[in-house]
Parts: sequence; C-alpha cells; structure tokens
Amino acid sequence: MTDQIAKDHPLSPDAREQLRIVAGIMIPASEEFGVPGADDEHIFGDMLRTLVPIAAMVSAALAAIGPLEPLDQAARCAACERFQASAPTMAAVLVALVAQCYYRDARVMRALGMEPRPPFPKGFEVEQGDWSLLDRVRARPKLYRDAP
Amino acid sequence: MQDTVDVLIIGAGASGAAVAWSLAETRMRIVCLEQGEWPNPARYPSTGMDWEARAMTEFGFNPNRRANSADYPINEDNSPIKIANYNGVGGGTVLYAGHFPRFHPSDFRVRSLDGVADDWPIDYATLAPYYGENDRMMGISGLAGDPAYPPKMPMMPPVPLGKAGTKLAKAFNALGWHWWPSDSAVATTDYDGRAKCINLGHCLHGCAQGAKASTDVTYWPHAIRAGVELRTRCRVREIATDGQGRASGVVYYDRDGKECFQAAEVVILACNGIGTPRILLNSTSARFPNGLANTSGLVGKNLMFHPYAAINGIFEEPLDGHRGPSNCIWSQEFYETDPKRDFVRGYTFEISRGRGPLVTALTGMSTGRIPWGEDHHRAFRRMFDRITSMVAICEDLPEMHNTVTLDPVLKDAHGIPAPKLDYTLSENSRRMLNHGIERGTEVMKAAGAYDVITQAPIEFGGWHLMGTARMGTDPDRSVVNEWGRSHDVKNLFIVDGSLFVTSAGVNPTSTIQALALYVADNIKKRLANLFD
Repeated sequence: MTDQIAKDHPLSPDAREQLRIVAGIMIPASEEFGVPGADDEHIFGDMLRTLVPIAAMVSAALAAIGPLEPLDQAARCAACERFQASAPTMAAVLVALVAQCYYRDARVMRALGMEPRPPFPKGFEVEQGDWSLLDRVRARPKLYRDAP
Repeated sequence: MQDTVDVLIIGAGASGAAVAWSLAETRMRIVCLEQGEWPNPARYPSTGMDWEARAMTEFGFNPNRRANSADYPINEDNSPIKIANYNGVGGGTVLYAGHFPRFHPSDFRVRSLDGVADDWPIDYATLAPYYGENDRMMGISGLAGDPAYPPKMPMMPPVPLGKAGTKLAKAFNALGWHWWPSDSAVATTDYDGRAKCINLGHCLHGCAQGAKASTDVTYWPHAIRAGVELRTRCRVREIATDGQGRASGVVYYDRDGKECFQAAEVVILACNGIGTPRILLNSTSARFPNGLANTSGLVGKNLMFHPYAAINGIFEEPLDGHRGPSNCIWSQEFYETDPKRDFVRGYTFEISRGRGPLVTALTGMSTGRIPWGEDHHRAFRRMFDRITSMVAICEDLPEMHNTVTLDPVLKDAHGIPAPKLDYTLSENSRRMLNHGIERGTEVMKAAGAYDVITQAPIEFGGWHLMGTARMGTDPDRSVVNEWGRSHDVKNLFIVDGSLFVTSAGVNPTSTIQALALYVADNIKKRLANLFD
C-alpha cells in the first residue's frame, strides 16, 4: 500500500489491521495447494483499493467482530465463527470483498489451472459434443399442442 | 419546441429497435428517445481481471443496486422477485443470456385450451413470419427439427454442448425426457458484422466479442443507416395530448437536464412492462385523470414475471466452469398442461453451464459448503469447475392484484415519480416451481451430481416484465387493440412486453420483437387511415 493510500484511506489503521487478520483467517495460505493467503500483501492492497465505495459497510462489519489484535489465533477464529453465525449479512460483505480480490490474483488463478487473464479477447475452447445424442429425441412424436 | 416528427419511439431496447428498423423503410421522420447511453463493449466486465466482480456492480441486473445515472429507482419492497433490466441502447438485450425461444401455439390460447387467463387476440400463425424475420435480423443459432415446436429454421449451427451439456443430455435421455439445443441469440459463425462466439462465458453482462445479439449491434446500425435518429440521455417524463385527445408529443429531459418538448404525429412506447405503464400513469390531464390510455383501468395491472427455480448440480469431475455461452440446451418435457399435475400450464428447463472462481466461492461460502479457514481450499476445489446450473422458467398467469403503480414518494433524478410494484407469487406458480425443483434435481442426480443446490424463486430474477398494458379486441378488457394501437388514443402504440396477455413459459424477447415487427407492419399497411 502506498503512503498516499494509507493517508487518505477511509478505513482507520486499526480497522485495516483487523481486516487483514480476518482475511487471513477466512482464506489462509496453503503450502499443500501452493497459494498465498488472503492477507498476502498484494491481495490485501487490492482489497484496500476495492473497498473504498463500501468502506462504511466494511467498517461496520469489522467493528461487529470485536477487536482481534490482542487475541491468540484460536480466540480470533472463535470470534470470527461467532460473527458469521450472528451477523451473516455483515459477514457476506467481508466474504464478497475478500473473495473477489483473492480469486483474481494471478498466483491463485495459476494454482487453479487458469491462465491469469480476463476472458476477452482470447476466449476459451468448449467442445462441440456429440449431436447423435439427439437421435432419441428426434424419434419422438411432436410435443406441442395444436391450438384452435 | 422542436419540429414535429412523424414517429417518436420511446426506448431503444429490444422492441424499440425492431419497430424503428421496420418503419424506416417508409422514409417517415423517425426519432427514438433513449434515457441511457450507447454501451461501450470495451468496458464490459469480461475485458478486465475484475470481470466477475464488475458483473455484480456496474453491470449487475438490478437497477436499484446498480444505480447508474441512466437508471431510475423502482420500489420493489412488496415483491419477492426483484427487477432485472438495463437502461441504454439495446436495453435488456445487453444483459440478457440470449435464450431465444418462441412461444408455442398453445400459448396464445390458454383460455380455450386450459380454461385460465385469456386468449390472445392473435395466434402463432399470425406471428410466425415476424418470428422468422426477427430471427434473421438478430441472427439466431440453433437446430431445426425440435419436436417441441412447429418447424422453424435457425440461421446458424447450435452453440456447443460442452462437457456440461453432454452430461445433462445423457441424463435427459436416460429419463426419457425431451431436450434440444437452445435457440440462441449467440452467433456461432460470423454474422451480419458480428464476430462469432469465442466462449467468453459472460453473455449476461455484455458481450465484448459482439457475438450476442443485443440490438445496439443488430437492429440499430441498420435503422440508423436507414435514417432513424436516435437521441441518447433523453428521459421522457410524459406523453402530452391535444384537444382531440390525441398524443401531441412528449416532454423529456435531455442530457443536460433541460426540459424539452418533442412534437410527434405518432408515439410508440417501447419501455418494457415497468417503464411503459410508468410513463402512461405519469401522463395525466383533465381528459385522462387516471393516466393515458387507461379508460379500462388496466394500465399497470396484470404484471407478470417468470418465476425462476435454480437447480445447481455439483459433480466429481471438472466440467466447463465459466467457459461457453450462457445458452446450452433446454427441455420442454413439462411445458404443456398435464391434468395429472397439481398446476396448470408449464415451464422450460434451460441449462446455463457453470461459474467462475469468485461466484463459486460465494456460492460455496453462502451455503456453508466452503468454510473459512484451513479447509477452505480443499472445499473450494471440490466445487470449482464442477458446478453446472439449470433453471426452470415458469409461466406466470396474469392476476389483477399484481401491479405497477406510481410511488407517492420515490422519484428519479429528474423528479419523475418512480414505479412501485405489488406482486404476489401465486399458488400455481409455487407448485410449478416445486415441480421444477424436484424434476430438476432428478436430472442432476441422473447426470451424476453428488450435491444439488436449489433456490426458488430466484430473488433477483425479474428479467421478464409483461402484461401491464395488454392487447385485446375489447376496450373494457385491454389497453391496446389487436395490432398494438391504444383503444383510447388513436396515434399511440405500444410494442414491448406490456402487450402480453399471458407470459408463456419461455424467455419473451423473441416474441416481444416479433410483436414489434407485427405492429410496425400493421402501421405500414394502414398509413392511409391509421387513426380511424
């Protein structure tokens, strides 16, 4: 995050730290799958840029969790579980923010077997399929009703 | 005050484009006023890395959430189904999937055949040539020979089956149920200046390739070349009338917010089943205190959506994921009324393929299938590329208590009263949705799905807006006559989904546009005595 973003950002420094902790709990790094966590610096920077139009909702959701920074990891996870159960609408705000930034990260996309690019202009291949599967349907009498 | 034009069309979407193109051959002076802008395909979500997220915000379906400057608010608090639309050149075709089914012959005769609602004043045979002409103008892909329909001839080969379509086609075969490649507004070959589909998988949020037939890339270029003038960022407030009770023109706000008047000999409404009654109800005068063309009291009544059920199967093996057009195959096994069922009329199953990583994550996390924490990645991989979806699109029957009225408080950016919806899902629709969920789950299981996620109705699935200014021969029971002219105002026409007498169990765009061409043809044939 640049100094300018940090200075002008609508989330307070404490709220930003809280968000980073929540992101890391929601989607942690995994050696097994070769992916960073959602608290990765690059992904988190994307998150801070993305959340600006919904900063008030994000702040409210983070506040509803309660302070995580002083807690150990187990207590942090427990607080997040309580939050998910008691405030699902607020939790959905954080899920949408974290997931959208996480799943467009090039490293994550590569780990999923995707090319890290938008759909356009290259597009994708989709197999044509076997139209002989229709033979059975073609053999049916008409299904539609005649109308007076 | 501007020069009087011969024909003034309000709305540049599916029907406005079609009627403008058809009337252009008359060489009349035709102007279309559109409240939105020309869409810019370079800005469509599929051109950027944030393609899935932008599909939920600035290119989302719901105007209240999207809140673009061209959008107007809609009070939909009293409706379990929320509106999906797009305000701009192309209208709803910019954000539609491109499913392009026709009505069945029986859809025009529901009273005669099934004893419900009303028959249409026209029949399938009347519309058939206009369906054909519209297919040619829009460029429709598909396969001839579907036993669910009278003969018809698509312009291009069908969209690919893919892994998902193959799996479900086999399941339909195993159950002995009908299926067929969908008639699709997605070009599978280069067609009329459009490049063929490259499987972006983002038909619903604007086709950056231009393969999908939205009217900004089909009808409008032809209509403009033929002399039609299209003015964007012009929002109509009301239709004005003269001393004889005829429409004299419209009051609108231009892109600078300036109030203008455009005089016209003929006014045509093409603003969809919400926008059209809104303008009519806002067009009050001493002569028309309840709104224009509303002697019957039916303007805004009989609002119909298509209640949708969603059935999403999760499979062990990778399928097509987000790749491929949103159209694939459909089934009309349960389309026609069957007295053995506990509902009348029927529905269509439409297979819509899968979803990208973000929507997969949101689907899994909102349904408890993908947790927060260490197990997130393993659970995500059990769903990613492994979901395929279908919907049951159910016929909605007209009911007088389902209405579009004017909200007493809510207004748009120009201070024009906004529409308010009051809509209740009928018991018939609930039973049909349940049937669709049960049979849809059966198909998914037959195809090998290990898990099925269902939803009914789809809350933000009000794509199809119909019935609020219906056609008919009886002025007491309809708003316009059998060729789209207002019973009350002889130079006022309607060409959008408001005209529908019943909704059928299929997507309406093909029928909306066929009706627009049919109305235009009637205008052309009657020019000498149009107002008699």
